[in-house]
Amino acid sequence: MMALTRLLDPSRTVSLRRRLVWQFLTLSALLVIGLFVTVGWVADRASRASQDAVLGAAVTAIAEGIRSVDEGLELELPYATFSMLGAMGEERVFYAMTVGGRMLTGYDDLPQPARQPDDMQPVFWNADYRGADLRLAAVMRQMLVDNRSEPVLVSLGQTRLGQAAIARETARSAAWAALAFLVLALPVALLAAQAVLSPIRSLAEVVGRRGPRDLRPVRHHTPKELAPLLRALNGLIGRLRAALDLAETFIFEAAHRIRTPLSLVRTEAELALSETTDPATRLRLRRMVRAIGESSRSANQILDHAMVLYRTDQFAAASLDMSALVKAVVRAIRPLADMRDIRIVERGTDLPCPIEGDERMLEIALRNILDNAVKYAAPDGLIEVELTRSDGFAAVAVLDDGRGLSDDPATLAGRFRRGANVGDTSGSGLGLTIVTEVASAHRGRFALSNRKTEGTCALLKLPLR
Amino acid sequence: MRFLLVEDSDELARAVASRLAMEGHGVDHAPTLADARHFLETVPYDLILLDISLPDGDGRDFLVRERAARRDTPVIMMTASASVSDRVSTLDQGADDYITKPFDFAELQARCRAVLRRRDGAIDSRRHFAGFVFDSLAATLTVAGEVRELRARELRLLEILLSRPGQAYSKAHLIDRLFSFDEEVSDNAIEVYVGRLRRKLEGSGARLETLRGVGYRLIPE
Repeated sequence: MMALTRLLDPSRTVSLRRRLVWQFLTLSALLVIGLFVTVGWVADRASRASQDAVLGAAVTAIAEGIRSVDEGLELELPYATFSMLGAMGEERVFYAMTVGGRMLTGYDDLPQPARQPDDMQPVFWNADYRGADLRLAAVMRQMLVDNRSEPVLVSLGQTRLGQAAIARETARSAAWAALAFLVLALPVALLAAQAVLSPIRSLAEVVGRRGPRDLRPVRHHTPKELAPLLRALNGLIGRLRAALDLAETFIFEAAHRIRTPLSLVRTEAELALSETTDPATRLRLRRMVRAIGESSRSANQILDHAMVLYRTDQFAAASLDMSALVKAVVRAIRPLADMRDIRIVERGTDLPCPIEGDERMLEIALRNILDNAVKYAAPDGLIEVELTRSDGFAAVAVLDDGRGLSDDPATLAGRFRRGANVGDTSGSGLGLTIVTEVASAHRGRFALSNRKTEGTCALLKLPLR
Repeated sequence: MRFLLVEDSDELARAVASRLAMEGHGVDHAPTLADARHFLETVPYDLILLDISLPDGDGRDFLVRERAARRDTPVIMMTASASVSDRVSTLDQGADDYITKPFDFAELQARCRAVLRRRDGAIDSRRHFAGFVFDSLAATLTVAGEVRELRARELRLLEILLSRPGQAYSKAHLIDRLFSFDEEVSDNAIEVYVGRLRRKLEGSGARLETLRGVGYRLIPE
């Protein structure tokens, strides 16, 4: 029980929507970080490639500007090249030239290449030089110096301050763009989660709207993913229904089994009664016959009640004539009323009165109302059955001249409730429950009230077709 | 009246038959549908009391065949199942009425009378006694050309007394047969109806006599 309460506590249950949104956001954040790193890396590579192209071209141009002269070597610095290097931003440029390993000109502490180039094909490398990140390129050229062929190595370095800044800047703007996308994505994520979850909610609404006795399978259009849930739900409803059906069959069967022996007991008791003159025995036999009558009436009403519940479950309204139904029920009850010299007067049943309803349920309701009236009417009394039409309702009023009601009519409708003034009249107290249930299944009303004069008025109102 | 009782429970049939005999009706008991068919071929009946579940078939099918053959002897179905569908379907199939087991004899009697009354005309229900004519189905008493209406209990009382004129019936016996057992009645309740019947019988040449300590009887004056 505790576990169930905890499970059903909304603050403890998992929200699918929250989970979907969180997953979406986490994924998006990972994407933003990934984008930042990737763009930074790509931008760095791109800037490196362009720097290498310029550095390579520049170092080649410098190397090509070296000429052999009689005094040795002559270097003609290509200024256009340096201005090109300068155009790449606020970078510093370093160079060095060695001949056969001897420093000829430039910065003599400029780092040596990791691998000696052996021709005009530039070799590139990175180095830390005078506190700055340096990109270097070097080429080698064989020159005649003093009639000897000597290797001339030309190295050219450039700082990467501006380049790195550009790469970082690019990555950062990419990250900002991604972040903006993330912020924009949040409402989209919420909407998407909503849309994904809306079939669940509509299914819940369809199931939630059902009445307590509606056990038809749920026929709701759901997405494929919800089909297993719907199948499980319908399976459960089916099992519940089978259990109910079984209970109803059992009630029918039990009532049947009880009734046949009861009828024999009753008949024998009545015969014994007619053959006995001893007052004490007669009193006992009368009590016995009464008790049998009471139990069979209760069995009937339990059966009626089961029938009403069953038919409410699968309520199928058909058009029927209330006048004809009232007439038929009055006809069936008349012999019982006659037995007690009670007259039944019928009014308003000459014209057809079309309504939508379940004929058997209505028959049960009318029979119970009239049974009650016959039971509680005064001896030699009068029962008036009146069918009227007004405000879109067909109203059957059954008026008796009996002892009336001593209790609040509302409490009498409860199952097995009986009035305080019923005296010796037998009854199970189910009759009014049955009538009330039939009325509500038809979206109608049932009310009991005291008449101004003596007696009770039972009013059953049903919507007209 | 002659009744055919189709019922497979021997005990119940015997009890019902003896009770109906007490009312002055002749009752034949058929425990199966085959027996019922046999009885119907040989004797005309005023009313058939038909059980639904019988050893050799369903009473409703029997009823349907009877009606299809245009035999319209009134039928009251006796059903133990009492489900509404059963009751409605029996009426649809041509039964005149139904009664649910276990039944009150007074109710059975009342239903038989109601059914027979509806079939009025085919049956001569008149009876001459002293100076009056009693029609049990029309519920009238004709005295010197004057038609007097009888209420249900007056009629029942007269019926009982007329079944054996001159015989004394005790108050208790009359109460058993006049009132349903579901009603709480005192022994004096019968006096009201005796008084009413006496007034209706005035000038008829018959006298409803009180025998102190014994009961009542009907004798010609």
